Amino acid sequence: MTLAHLPALVVVVPLLAAPLAVLLRRSSAAWAIASAACAFSFAAALLLAAEVAAQGPISYHLGSWPPPWGIEYRVDALSAFVLVLVSGIGTLTALYAWRSIAAELPRDQLYLYYAMHCLCVAGLLGMTITGDAFNLFVFMEIASLSSYVLIALGRDRRALLAAYQYLILGTIGATFYVIGVGLLYLATGTLNIADLAERLPQAASPRAVLAALAFITVGVSLKLALFPLHFWLPNAYAYAPSAVTAFLAATATKVSVYVLLRFYFGIFGLQLVTELLPMREILLALSLVAILTASLVALWQADLKRLFAYSSVAQIGYITLGISMASHDGLTAAVVHLFNHGITKGALFLLIGGIALRARGASLECARGLGRSMPLTSLGVVIAGLSLIGVPGTAGFVSKWYLVLGAIEAGSWWLVAFVVATSLIAAAYVWRFVEAAYLSAPGARTPEPGETPATMLVPAWILVAACVGFGLQTSWSVGTAQRAAALLLGGAP
Amino acid sequence: MSGAQLIAAALLVPAAGAAGIALAGRWPNLRESVTLATAAALLACVLGLLPAVLAGERPQLAVLEMLPGIALGFRVEPLGMLFALVASSLWIVNSVYSIGYMRGNDEPRQTRFYVCFALALAATMGIAFSANLLTLFLFYEMLTLVTWPLVTHHGDDEARAGGRTYLGFLLGTSIVLLLPAIIATWAFAGTLEFVHGGILRGAGLSNAAVGGLLALYMFGIGKAALLPFHRWLPAAMVAPTPVSALLHAVAVVKAGVFTVVKVIVYVFGVETLAEVRAADWLPTVAGFTIIAASIVALRSDNLKRRLAYSTVSQLSYVVLAASLLTPLSVAAAALHIAAHAVGKITLFFAAGAIYTASHKTEVSQLDGIGRRMPWTMGAFAIGALSLIGIPPAAGFLSKWMMFQGAAAAGHHVALAVLALSTLLNAAYFLPIVHAAFLRQPRAGEAVHGEAPKPMLVALALTAVATLGLPFLAAVPLALARATAGIGP
Repeated sequence: MTLAHLPALVVVVPLLAAPLAVLLRRSSAAWAIASAACAFSFAAALLLAAEVAAQGPISYHLGSWPPPWGIEYRVDALSAFVLVLVSGIGTLTALYAWRSIAAELPRDQLYLYYAMHCLCVAGLLGMTITGDAFNLFVFMEIASLSSYVLIALGRDRRALLAAYQYLILGTIGATFYVIGVGLLYLATGTLNIADLAERLPQAASPRAVLAALAFITVGVSLKLALFPLHFWLPNAYAYAPSAVTAFLAATATKVSVYVLLRFYFGIFGLQLVTELLPMREILLALSLVAILTASLVALWQADLKRLFAYSSVAQIGYITLGISMASHDGLTAAVVHLFNHGITKGALFLLIGGIALRARGASLECARGLGRSMPLTSLGVVIAGLSLIGVPGTAGFVSKWYLVLGAIEAGSWWLVAFVVATSLIAAAYVWRFVEAAYLSAPGARTPEPGETPATMLVPAWILVAACVGFGLQTSWSVGTAQRAAALLLGGAP
Repeated sequence: MSGAQLIAAALLVPAAGAAGIALAGRWPNLRESVTLATAAALLACVLGLLPAVLAGERPQLAVLEMLPGIALGFRVEPLGMLFALVASSLWIVNSVYSIGYMRGNDEPRQTRFYVCFALALAATMGIAFSANLLTLFLFYEMLTLVTWPLVTHHGDDEARAGGRTYLGFLLGTSIVLLLPAIIATWAFAGTLEFVHGGILRGAGLSNAAVGGLLALYMFGIGKAALLPFHRWLPAAMVAPTPVSALLHAVAVVKAGVFTVVKVIVYVFGVETLAEVRAADWLPTVAGFTIIAASIVALRSDNLKRRLAYSTVSQLSYVVLAASLLTPLSVAAAALHIAAHAVGKITLFFAAGAIYTASHKTEVSQLDGIGRRMPWTMGAFAIGALSLIGIPPAAGFLSKWMMFQGAAAAGHHVALAVLALSTLLNAAYFLPIVHAAFLRQPRAGEAVHGEAPKPMLVALALTAVATLGLPFLAAVPLALARATAGIGP
């Protein structure tokens, strides 16, 4: 009985955990509730993924109202993949927060963090699982509002400004999205995603569809920080509490990418998207600029969080580059990179959180001589950094492989050259950390010898191990991504 | 043990050894014993594989699925066997030498040094035994990364700059050129397995495309140090001499030319390349590298730099021989991997012994040093003779086969390059031997004797091996011939 309701429970449990954390108030109780709720969602997501892999997509009717009248929750290869990522990272960051957040917030505010974390997880999971365009907007708002609060919790006063920036831009993004959905409703009279896809080709007013496509593209691009709509991201990542940065960097933008994929391939269809607007060319151009400029800007950052924040903008560029290819290999690259980059960036920001805790700051100066004073943390950053570069044996390599394969099959050799050459810029910025940590004498800001607390180091290293694991054994990650790509292109489910 | 188990052991023994060395870091004697025991165990594993490979078997092992359709797989064929044999046997000698060198020079961070060394050997075994290009590429990059801490061992500005050049060239060429070549091979051929005769035959590529792909491979394999991507090798000389000796004369650079031969023989196929004449430009590039690097070596006063440029030139012998595409020249390429290894490691051992005993680094300071260090300079002379190609030293055998191969191919340019470079080799090595033994030491120099015992033992062993290889050549020769498809 309960198994059948798993698609609902995956969202509802963290959603209910949030008010529970507020009611309990005590930070240890709130931590336990949040961790348990996220862990439940993770287990449920894994079960759903296994079931989808075995038996095909699951359609769950909320309140037993059949679609298109009721709200449908839909789990297929793609959404199950994103569910696993979001709930997994959510669990690890909740566990990690025990020590990390306690050092950054006053004791009487801790429960607020856990409540907001649960809301944010629930919002992102809801965005992923729902099969209803308006319901998606509701979850988007839940996730966004809670993430504004999470960012504003940062110790630095500039966190308030960063949260405010993100609030303005995020609200514009969500508004654009809902306007787009409204136009679609106008054109088709339905909000169910599968139903929308069916009715859209017969829509009375192509102009409304065109406007909807434009509004949704801009709105979602703001949320996923596509260049040049990325300005909120570096500040938000740099000033938010460490656990929040790690969680948002690994999941929030990825879920927005997922929404873009759903709308482009699931609703509008590739034909419409490329006919109405030259979306492939626009995405391609923006991705190239994003990769190049953000990588170069990252090269000059003095703060580790900002450095890797700009790197995120560049890496999102690789994902959208894969989408712009709109081929099987390109989409496989996009989907698998969404996952691989999520675990890589999650690992990096969790480890940097450890450095920030011990050194009271995360500038590159703090990393001087870190190879000796925090050997495990430094080694973790190096391994995750290698995954960011795309060295074989790491998850990042797998993404790069499919991206280059897609470019070769499209016959664009200049794109191959671009992808491999820009990964050298990533090598250069990762190497700034390596030289600081291993070839520089400790400076005034280097922490005293001593590792990151174990409760933070273990979650971080789980993700580091995942970076290596998903680089050596890829049948699950790539297999799922390939199924998702086939699904998006309208092939076999 | 079965073949698969031996392969796994050859990969895991050095990795486990690295962990053991790290744990034993506080007790130097125990730590060095772990290194020696690991090296001995590794050689035992590799030797265990030898009879089967000589008998024509090809032990294999596949573990994980790195990408759908491409396993992390290993398969021991003659060329890989030869490379693994050379690297693992020289590791023992080099470990003995390292102990003398690191202690004699009071080097810092010795535990890290031995750990990275063991990991580098694990990566080398991975390269030697890899069954497909992706596995090879994985260990190829791993070898670059684990040797970087060894290059930057001294941690000063010079080491940092050298490390940057090292990494920049090796990672840069492999990511920008080699990786796209591998992915393109996968896209065209649908497989990355090493198959005798090549996998690109039925791919329907135009001759120009085959030529372009070959160029991506040849320049992308930066470890083979073809001009203009050779600069990392002289830069790597900032490392302690045992690193230069085993890694930058044997493991790393030989991984490069090994990959070159693998790609030519097992990815393109010698016959295919000869048919479509896609490799016609390669002997010229290799020949140019041989001559140009020899001239730079001639003009370098720093001894290690001279040896490094000599290595650049010798590596291109292997590329040249392989690119001539005759069975005899391919066998010569394989044999030269072994012959150059024992000769060059001897020369580096001598250079390190000179530095440890007298702190001399320049060729011009070596007048009369042969009287104070007769053993060291005697070994140096043997190594030099081998690299020039004078019988009975090891280098003669491979060079002789190269001449024969070039003559069989009717390639006059290659013959001329080989002849000219032999003269150049003599011109940059013999003056050192001459100055060491026949000139008077300069007045006012500090009096010193030989280097520490472990170093002498090591360089005597490799010198003897250099002289003895032609007489014990049955195994390497058989493996080299099997690579080229001559005989079993």
